[in-house]
Amino acid sequence: MSASDLTRLTAAELASRIHAREVSAVEAAQAHLDRIGAVDSRVHAFLHVGTESALASAQRVDAALADGAEPVSPLAGVPLALKDVFTTTDMPTTCGSRILEDWQPPYDATVTERLRAAGITILGKTNMDEFAMGSSTEHSAYGVTRNPWDTARVPGGSGGGSAAALAAHEAPLAIGTDTGGSIRQPAAFTGTVGVKPTYGGVSRYGLVACASSLDQAGPCARTVLDAALLHEVIGGHDPRDSTSIDQPVPDVVAAARQGANGDLSGLKVGVVRELGGEGYQPGVRAAHDASLRRLEKLGAELVEVSCPHFEYGMAAYYLILPSEVSSNLARFDAMRYGLRAAEGRSAEEVMANTREQGFGPEVKRRIMLGTYALSSGYYDAYYGQAQKVRTLISRDFAAAFSQVDVLVSPTTPTVPFPIGEKVDDPLAMYLNDLATIPTNLAGVAGMSVPSGLAEGLPVGLQVMAPALGEAVMYRVGAAFEAARDADEGGPLIARVPEVTA
Amino acid sequence: MTTASTHSEPELVEFDDVVARFDPVLGIEVHVELSTNTKMFCGCPTEFGAEPNTQVCPVCLGMPGALPVVNRAAVESAMRIGLALNCEIAPWGRFARKNYFYPDMPKNFQTSQYDEPIAHDGFLDLTLDDGEVVRIGIERAHMEEDTGKSLHVGGADGRIHGADHSLLDYNRAGVPLIEIVTKMIPDTGARAPEVARAYVTALRDLIKSLGVSDVRMDQGSMRADVNLSLSPSGSGQLGTRTETKNVNSLRSVERAVRHEMSRQAGVLDAGGEIVQETRHFDEATGHTRAGRRKETSEDYRYFPEPDLVPIAPSAEWVEELRGTLPELPWERRKRIQTEWGISDEEIRDLVNAGALDLVEATVAAGASSQEARSWWVAYLAQQANTRSVELADLAITPEQVARVIALVADGELTNKLARQVVDGVLDGEGSPDEVVAARGLKVVSDEGELIAAVDAALAEQPDVVEKIRGGKVAAAGAIVGAVMKATRGQADAKRVKELVVERSSL
Repeated sequence: MSASDLTRLTAAELASRIHAREVSAVEAAQAHLDRIGAVDSRVHAFLHVGTESALASAQRVDAALADGAEPVSPLAGVPLALKDVFTTTDMPTTCGSRILEDWQPPYDATVTERLRAAGITILGKTNMDEFAMGSSTEHSAYGVTRNPWDTARVPGGSGGGSAAALAAHEAPLAIGTDTGGSIRQPAAFTGTVGVKPTYGGVSRYGLVACASSLDQAGPCARTVLDAALLHEVIGGHDPRDSTSIDQPVPDVVAAARQGANGDLSGLKVGVVRELGGEGYQPGVRAAHDASLRRLEKLGAELVEVSCPHFEYGMAAYYLILPSEVSSNLARFDAMRYGLRAAEGRSAEEVMANTREQGFGPEVKRRIMLGTYALSSGYYDAYYGQAQKVRTLISRDFAAAFSQVDVLVSPTTPTVPFPIGEKVDDPLAMYLNDLATIPTNLAGVAGMSVPSGLAEGLPVGLQVMAPALGEAVMYRVGAAFEAARDADEGGPLIARVPEVTA
Repeated sequence: MTTASTHSEPELVEFDDVVARFDPVLGIEVHVELSTNTKMFCGCPTEFGAEPNTQVCPVCLGMPGALPVVNRAAVESAMRIGLALNCEIAPWGRFARKNYFYPDMPKNFQTSQYDEPIAHDGFLDLTLDDGEVVRIGIERAHMEEDTGKSLHVGGADGRIHGADHSLLDYNRAGVPLIEIVTKMIPDTGARAPEVARAYVTALRDLIKSLGVSDVRMDQGSMRADVNLSLSPSGSGQLGTRTETKNVNSLRSVERAVRHEMSRQAGVLDAGGEIVQETRHFDEATGHTRAGRRKETSEDYRYFPEPDLVPIAPSAEWVEELRGTLPELPWERRKRIQTEWGISDEEIRDLVNAGALDLVEATVAAGASSQEARSWWVAYLAQQANTRSVELADLAITPEQVARVIALVADGELTNKLARQVVDGVLDGEGSPDEVVAARGLKVVSDEGELIAAVDAALAEQPDVVEKIRGGKVAAAGAIVGAVMKATRGQADAKRVKELVVERSSL
């Protein structure tokens, strides 16, 4: 099998060939490293490629298999792209920020540890909006990532690097983080699959915080099954994260396999009235209507549900997130690690100058918003009210999930937009996450699966499930994916144009 | 608004004059470092005095991505302190973040329970020197983490302003702290300094008895901040308060209150206004001085800590901990007083001398309370003083003291010899029995030997013999002295005296 064929396989297929010793993990790693070498100068999905550590990791998997050992996990030997927001002892962790340029963490994130323990080959660290703040990856201090579907357009954000790496076949698996849509929106924009697990489902230890109460790490892949396989590797309780849920990971792999059989009869799918009308592009709406018809054809019963408080989600989110950001990012003060401004006659001046030089405009904007929102005299009106909205949104979800098994909506209001179009218009940028934010506020699960094309660009279907209800979400996602691929004569990702340098 | 500046020292008003015209109102905040094995939110050790920056990890250094996990032992300690202070234990409470930038605070926010304390609304009863009992209301006791330490090099007074550079040690960062805050303490009048000191003393003893902190004010594991305001006598109007920090001994608590009362009265007498500010106590001068004034008031932007889940102790857990409370110091004192039959004053002397534990242990090792007290507060206290160590740090154990007492009771040693034995133990010569053996310290109990020594002494001083025969028994002292000298003090002086009278009459 040629190297380029190896990069076209799903993670599950690649794993089975590696475990059958038809292909070595080193060959798989090398094929993807070569692919990165060929296309990443154009895509710019990666901030750091760890060639040596990737090959060393793959060699260990091959050596164990050669000794006759069982694979350490179903994904042992499969390459992966890791968002540059997770700490890694063998690679820098920059979070797309100048303030952490070249920072080499002294410890591995729990997600990193679990990937290593599963024998997954970490190819490198992917580009992102600075500290995960943005919806286009244009807010990275290290340059924009391009959408493989149209390199003049954004791949979404903040996890644009991870999503673009999948779509450009630079990796079959990736890890993202989702605070308001940073896994799902890029998945929709790149025709890939992205999952935001239940809050607390995946450890945040070593995930450099954006907004602690909203951040959630999750799997990114080109198929629902691959995402499920990766979900099982990274999910589960971690005593180092107090907000981690002490319960078994839902059996998402079995659910994905069951869903692929293509029968959703008996399931009730709620269509959220508030997500999908005004503000959504006609092409996106058309794709969504087609998706609903497809779900019906699979046997699901469609039920229109109303979540009246979702319309306040965006406002609440942009109070809670900046508030937490303003506090979480206070530690970047040049005293212990990271950038240190040369100028300054006192510690305070060095701190101020470093933060002035080290943070980009979007990060500064949110720090200022959050500092203001938490200020004495404003707390109740802003942060306090936003928390009340959050409770109301959770109640909307609870009411909806008492009627239906999952909720669906378009993942994003638009198709990928041209680079530069919204970077100076924060409000327009923020609207990207209109449909994805409510799940973060409520801590429930959400995923985006490719649903079709509009104007030749990918559109995603969002499936949402109650907390720890990932199994039914994966089942619906896999059933939908199988039906779409069967109807359209192959996966959507097969239609991504070849990237040319 | 013009005010008398707090930077220029006002005329201090005589203390008696202050209390004649003003009512002081106290409030005391005490920070106690818990002696848990590990820090509040990570597994780093908490030992005092380690090499700088050796007891740190990603969590307590505030590394990107690191997350806190609450130390269960610290929560238990906090709850036990709360229960011992007769507080309610909150069934649910969150940590909050107190946001401010300072180089010795790794995350640039302090994680603290702030407005949802684990314990609230209790009290502590103090017994003052004259036996008066004062009830101090406890507003709350809450958990938080300590900061690191800054060492400012090259400036005046070790302060950051004017320093050339600063050194940072994060070993203390994240050490669990309990902050215990009193309610306002009014109506103490002239006794305010004494009450403040008695409160901090009682709190220290209480926490020590719980075994949750070593409460060493000299090492900073217990730190007191004293809030004080004055209101014109009988007016009932609360004055503006100051908060005096850096009060690092019991004596300083008393001095700081006394000085701050005189200073505030001076400011008010001069027509000035008290500025609500943080002041620092200066051990050397006994004065308080204003901290650097901030142009803007601090806004700590508190909000609930999203990285931690709420602390929600079950009723069973609370009751289980209540069952672990030891005998509280004042209960213990009452019991001991009854058992030993000693007065209020005597027990207070023992407590003040730091001898209560030692005497109790000596009694437990078999000595009479009378003898044990006498040894510890007299000869041993004097030795501690001579050797410039704390009583408890003397190189002798209560068991050894009890052994010495037993040797005296058995007639093996005289009191004088016993002191020599104790000296030997203190000098590291071994146990009392080893010192007795090595120094050959034994009462001369051989009657024949004694008679020979007495006869020899009498023969040398015939004039004294005459006096004794003439009825001047007191004159025997000279002969006794000579015999004691001849036996190197190892004779029983009482028996020698009897023999002198007996032999001189022959």
